[in-house]
Amino acid sequence: MKPPGPRDDPSFGTRREKEETVKIGVPKEVFEGENRVAMTPESAKMLQKLGYDCVIETKAGAAAGFSDAVYKEAGVEVVKTAAALWKAADIIAKVRQPNDTELKRLSADKTLISFFNPGGNEDGLEKAKKSGASVIAMEMVPRISRAQKMDALSSMANIAGYRAVIEAGNNFGRFFTGQVTAAGKVPPAKVLVVGAGVAGLAAIGTSTSLGAITYAFDVRPEVAEQVESMGAEFVYLDFEEEQQDGAATGGYAAVSSPEFREAQLAKFRELAPEVDIVITTALIPNREAPKLWLKDMIDAMKPGSVIVDLAAEKGGNAEGTVMDEKVVTENGVTIIGYTDFPSRMAAQSSSLYANNIRHMMTDLTPEKDGVVNHDMEDDVIRGATVTHEGEITFPPPPPKVQAIAAKPKEVVPELTPEEIKAQEAAAFKAQTKQQVTLLGVGGALMLLAGLYAPASFMQHFIVFVLAVFVGFQVIWNVSHSLHTPLMAVTNAISSIIILGALMQIGSGSFLVIILAAASVFMAGINIFGGFLVTRRMLAMFQKS
Amino acid sequence: MEFGFTTAAYVVAAVLFILSLGGLSGQESAKRAVWYGIVGMALAVAATLIGPGAGLWWLSIPLIAAGGVIGYQLASKVEMTQMPELVAGMHALVGLAAVFVGFNAHFEIGNAAEALAIGKDAVKELGSFGQLIAKKSAVEINILLVELSLGVWIGAVTFTGSVIAYGKLSGKVTSSAEKLPGGHMLNAGAAALSVICLIWYLNTAAFLPLIILTIAALFIGYHLIMGIGGADMPVVVSMLNSYSGWAAAAIGFSLGNDLLIVVGALVGSSGAILSYIMCKAMNRSFVSVILGGFGGGADGPAMEIDGEQIAIDADGVAAALDEADSVVIIPGYGMAVAQAQQNVAELTRRLRAKGKNVRFAIHPVAGRLPGHMNVLLAEAKVPYDIVLEMDEINDDFPETDVAIVIGSNDIVNPAAQEDPNSPIAGMPVLECWKAKQVFVSKRGQGTGYSGIENPLFFKENTRMFYGDAKQSLDTLLTMIQ
Repeated sequence: MKPPGPRDDPSFGTRREKEETVKIGVPKEVFEGENRVAMTPESAKMLQKLGYDCVIETKAGAAAGFSDAVYKEAGVEVVKTAAALWKAADIIAKVRQPNDTELKRLSADKTLISFFNPGGNEDGLEKAKKSGASVIAMEMVPRISRAQKMDALSSMANIAGYRAVIEAGNNFGRFFTGQVTAAGKVPPAKVLVVGAGVAGLAAIGTSTSLGAITYAFDVRPEVAEQVESMGAEFVYLDFEEEQQDGAATGGYAAVSSPEFREAQLAKFRELAPEVDIVITTALIPNREAPKLWLKDMIDAMKPGSVIVDLAAEKGGNAEGTVMDEKVVTENGVTIIGYTDFPSRMAAQSSSLYANNIRHMMTDLTPEKDGVVNHDMEDDVIRGATVTHEGEITFPPPPPKVQAIAAKPKEVVPELTPEEIKAQEAAAFKAQTKQQVTLLGVGGALMLLAGLYAPASFMQHFIVFVLAVFVGFQVIWNVSHSLHTPLMAVTNAISSIIILGALMQIGSGSFLVIILAAASVFMAGINIFGGFLVTRRMLAMFQKS
Repeated sequence: MEFGFTTAAYVVAAVLFILSLGGLSGQESAKRAVWYGIVGMALAVAATLIGPGAGLWWLSIPLIAAGGVIGYQLASKVEMTQMPELVAGMHALVGLAAVFVGFNAHFEIGNAAEALAIGKDAVKELGSFGQLIAKKSAVEINILLVELSLGVWIGAVTFTGSVIAYGKLSGKVTSSAEKLPGGHMLNAGAAALSVICLIWYLNTAAFLPLIILTIAALFIGYHLIMGIGGADMPVVVSMLNSYSGWAAAAIGFSLGNDLLIVVGALVGSSGAILSYIMCKAMNRSFVSVILGGFGGGADGPAMEIDGEQIAIDADGVAAALDEADSVVIIPGYGMAVAQAQQNVAELTRRLRAKGKNVRFAIHPVAGRLPGHMNVLLAEAKVPYDIVLEMDEINDDFPETDVAIVIGSNDIVNPAAQEDPNSPIAGMPVLECWKAKQVFVSKRGQGTGYSGIENPLFFKENTRMFYGDAKQSLDTLLTMIQ
């Protein structure tokens, strides 16, 4: 990988600072236990294609399985210290919310791309604003189709969902899948996933592919189809009230009514003794996680059951969840409250997160020329930017494009067998009626013609009608793919008009001879041209 | 030679022609069927040459041979993308021949009348056709005149119509719908004039009304087809195909030749069925296609489309194809315009070599001629058993990983099903949006021929692969080995 232009030129003196390629730098994550890294060698190559240079702090990728050597191989400059990196880079990409030291390193000409938690990080926002740097918060990427490729929350949630099942399996003393072995029968595990968002769906997919019987619940009934398409069973409530439409809130769930909640809890109570593994993912934006799996349900569960609470960071969906810890209740139910699932799969989550960052950079670099165009008119960029040019730009205005288009589906009433039968009968009747009418009218016309026309005409007319009839019968059977050859061949045989010209050419009149000769000539072209081109076409049709 | 022999030969020829058309029901039987047609034609021509009434062999045979040479040249040089033009051009020849033969019949009637006035010896001097006429009664002559003018009229409409269709298809005439001021009133006027001339002609049997009738018909053919847009050409060409048959049948009536009648009727009904199939595939009535423009019934605002068109580069398409197990390609006229069928075929070969299930979905009105796409793909050596019709493949889209739309637009427009206000509402379309992923190869962001926005391009699973189809596929091929 060859860096462009100025670098090669030794005579390039003082102006070098200004003209130098924009650098994207990734520091080592300072948050304890964080294994992820915001750039992978693969994403670095893509960023270089956009015209940027890449820098990384030494050992930044080590915990995710990317050594300094592979970064170097991908053309990434490796620097020794965090301070040097923050100094060298114009754009800093990282995973975790920056701490105070990191915020101090920001300056007006720098851009920071990271998770930022702007809703609960006023202090950080203030510091970033003072520094004058632009900050793009990855969790603020709007949930519209165009921005899906940079939606880091979704890609992390996907991993969390997968890992939740794996973690549950790790703590669950049985198989997921049912087996009949020589030593006896093993029943399949029953898994309940509460909340079918991105994480929930990932958990459902993992759980069904491991062979467990999977149930899923969500307050948004429109996700039932997605759930069922993944092989899980959607848990419906016996509840009359109109269930909420998630699309109105940008694809997230909203707070539900007390009656609804009661119905929901009753259903869970019913399920609790049956299920072996519960994975809760229910989150409502900017609120504490709702308590959905109560003490009595936990008590009702079989010993050895596992609860994985993906909402632990926001207080947890289950009563008794302890953030970042695994607890075992008195009746032997394990409750897992880890919040670092993505970090536990650092290689996978790093490559997805790095790709999210890379897509964000692609949108920031529309010209692919290595120059950032921080376009505050762009819905996605505007939405994700929390400080820009010394201003706090959070919260963003509502996006112009509505999230996840959901139109109420028109309900096509299922037809009963009787109705279908009645329809078929009606269609048959209509068809018979049509045919009889056609035959009747046609017959009447024939008779009428027969009354008036002379016999010599009728003789030809019968031939004509029969030929039309035969023609219709024959042509309906022609395969659609041979319509062009059909046209060419009918073209050739319609030159049968040559017969008329041949009969007339023997006439005495000079004018007649000329016209007939012209007709013979033209028909001749047609006959040969038509048949030959048909043959040529048909020869092309080959079976595989 | 006796008249009976010729008639027998005609019967055999008619049967052969029917077999020839019937054989087109399958690709393999079609290869045999075309020989039936050739033998039938040879038999018919030979029987006529040695039959009663024909003369001037020294003129007829060289002319047929000369026509044959030109026909051979045309047939062997024509590009498959130019098939629509060729077919239209050949229709024009049949139409013109019908007009000439009709004129001749008119002159012969005049000669026969004169001969009858002179006496029996003069009648014997006439050709076989003249003798036939001389035997006819007054009513029969009148019917003959009607048949003759009908043949000339249809022939003339076919002639100019086909010439214009040829021009439009080959790009020599603008392919947009254009009408002279007055629109369909002019056509109606010309039709009325034709009827008046017919009555005049029946009363006087003079040449002038026949000429005026011919000119009116020529105008109708020109003006009618000028008013029809390029994408409706499949209907137009099959309609003209039908007309050339009816013209032959009408001439057959006036000449009292049953073989002409039979073949004319066969060709006429074949063209009529093709037109019907095409119209059905566009969910439009024949009349609305022929009168140009879109039929009414589509009032009210079109459904709003949200979302946006997302572009993708060859890298992305190659990656998706690499992962896909089943691929469906939907070609349209754009593929023919870009001459991309060879690249499409190469792509198909490579994907099939990797064990992927690649199939083609052909909409009945894809291209500019019924069955046009099938021929193009066949030319590029795509095996015909993976080229499927709309009805055969529409149910398979939900299980398809990748659908590639190359140069088609309206035939994959979901608005036809989703938006009752759309001008194409109710038209059967290929439901490619049900595939897991759709790539649309398209030159730019414009709307299709009908000017209707295509919501397919805005769907979440659709990616736009912009650029000339051939070049795009070239780049793509470099990435798929």
